[in-house]
Amino acid sequence: MNQASSASAPVRVKQRQKESLRQVRKKKGFLYDLVRNRVLYLMLLPTLIFFLVFSYIPMVGIYYAFTRFDFNSTLFTAPFVGLDNFKFLWQSGTLIKLTLNTIGYNVAFIFLGHGFAIFIAIMLSELSGKWFKKITQSVMFLPYFVSFVILSVIVYNIFNYDNGFFNTMLTSFGFEKVDVYNKPWAWIFLIIFFYLWKNVGYNMVIYLAAITGISDEYYEAAKIDGANIFQRIWYITLPMLKSTFVVLLLFALGGIMKGQFDLFYQLIGNNGILYNTTDILDTYVYRSLKVTFDMGMATAAGLYQSMFGFVLIMTVNYIIRKINDEYALF
Amino acid sequence: MAIREDGYTKLFKFISYTIIVVASLASLLPFLLIISASLTSNDAITKYGYHFIPTEFSLEGYRMVFRFPQDVLRAYGVTASVTVVGTLLGLLCMTMAGYVLSRKDFKARNVFSFYIYFTTLFGGGLVPWYILITKYLGWMDSFKALIVPSLMSPFLIILMKNFIKSAVPEELFESAKIDGAGNFRIYWQIVLKLAMPGIATVALFLALHYWNDWFSSSMFINDTHKYQLQFYLYNVINSSNFMAQMGVSTGVSLSGDLPSESMKMAMAIVVTGPILFLYPFIQRYFVKGLTIGAVKG
Repeated sequence: MNQASSASAPVRVKQRQKESLRQVRKKKGFLYDLVRNRVLYLMLLPTLIFFLVFSYIPMVGIYYAFTRFDFNSTLFTAPFVGLDNFKFLWQSGTLIKLTLNTIGYNVAFIFLGHGFAIFIAIMLSELSGKWFKKITQSVMFLPYFVSFVILSVIVYNIFNYDNGFFNTMLTSFGFEKVDVYNKPWAWIFLIIFFYLWKNVGYNMVIYLAAITGISDEYYEAAKIDGANIFQRIWYITLPMLKSTFVVLLLFALGGIMKGQFDLFYQLIGNNGILYNTTDILDTYVYRSLKVTFDMGMATAAGLYQSMFGFVLIMTVNYIIRKINDEYALF
Repeated sequence: MAIREDGYTKLFKFISYTIIVVASLASLLPFLLIISASLTSNDAITKYGYHFIPTEFSLEGYRMVFRFPQDVLRAYGVTASVTVVGTLLGLLCMTMAGYVLSRKDFKARNVFSFYIYFTTLFGGGLVPWYILITKYLGWMDSFKALIVPSLMSPFLIILMKNFIKSAVPEELFESAKIDGAGNFRIYWQIVLKLAMPGIATVALFLALHYWNDWFSSSMFINDTHKYQLQFYLYNVINSSNFMAQMGVSTGVSLSGDLPSESMKMAMAIVVTGPILFLYPFIQRYFVKGLTIGAVKG
């Protein structure tokens, strides 16, 4: 008994010391840390200012959504109109159309984009021939690097009415020319196609890396057990890619309200005939700002987009946390 | 030990080769279409349309682009300088941020990580951002507007942090500190050297963004002399009275009012040229970046 307490005495002293140290640190807290790590804080400062100015301060401007703002008024002088902007967006049916388009396209982008990427990555990983793999991988990754302006040139080159490649082919086979720029439904497929054209290579590289990380032992064992190549892919490769897929999927779901603005704007531009099937929130906001100068409306649509996206990602994250904590975004 | 391929494997390989070759061709052929069109005479294009092989070979398009080269060259200059300045500045800030956030002994790092990450979850939207930059910062028609708003992105900072974490072992910080190196010196002499491959990747992502940027010009630039290259191209393609304007500004009237088809395509090639040339050399850095940084999140 006696021995035990004497042995624990130094421990207790140490504990007391630790506690007092903790108290000191707590008391000084942030300021203490600021002084001690001043160099680190200083190095972080540009980044903090950057996000303060370009991300946090603009949040104040959300107020514009409730005003009839024009460029000459300020935050305080813009006439307050309450929820009128939202009411208008809602009653004109614009909001529903934009939301459905935005979400619809993004869902297609996410699932087709990842589907094709996984598909091609698996095929590429199973093939032999170092040069063939290297060259085809590079070639498929190439479209990611060209600008969207160039993409619009390509699309124009293929589909313009007078001398586009598509119509040239049609006429040379004896069909009639088609004015694709006048066919709203066609652009649903074209936009998805060119999204895939530009992005599948990018995702493929990620999946290819994940496949390379799978241990060869699994495949060897499966081979010895007599599994054929389709079985090996189905029972080994695909399950092993699941975690990569889920992480990327969740990340993409977070941005489901943010459209591929560059893609839509460069392919469609201000071609009003196609808006019904191709207008997304981002293009609507951009046009309200730069073409029709309806700032209040543009802010309202932007705010709706932000809020909706925020609620969505919070919900998704909450659900994921319940199901499997490991995959949660935060 | 060579295992003989069974029927399934043969079938699989046949399908795979076919699909991959088709996909590769689909990725490549559109470029061929533009290159071919840029080398075709305008008459041939209007008569026969676009083809993969020039129907009537001609350098007319390129001659048109470079007849008054000052506009293209100026746009090149704007994009090149914006890219260089923006990339260097952005890298400086993001390497420092990545370094600080990767320091385990920096207690506040989680707070700041969230401060940065939160901006991807919620924002004020395009309009308040635009009004802030044009009205309150007064950057309309300023190069600052082309450079500063794109300097950093949460994605690249996270990427940088992960690179530094995986390149610089924690013990190195400790031993450097014991040897008396200050926090900045550790960054400047150790982190920058060890994380170089990762920094190169982030640099290329950033540079690619600046090089392909047309949005900033469309937002903040009214003065045609300050257009970035991509936005300049965009205008050539889209404004039907481009030639007329150019005729007025140069004092020479040009045949025809519209930029010819072959000229548009030649312009597109001139604009993309550097990317296509550099691509084989820079591609592996992107692959590396995606492999290490992005997946871990």
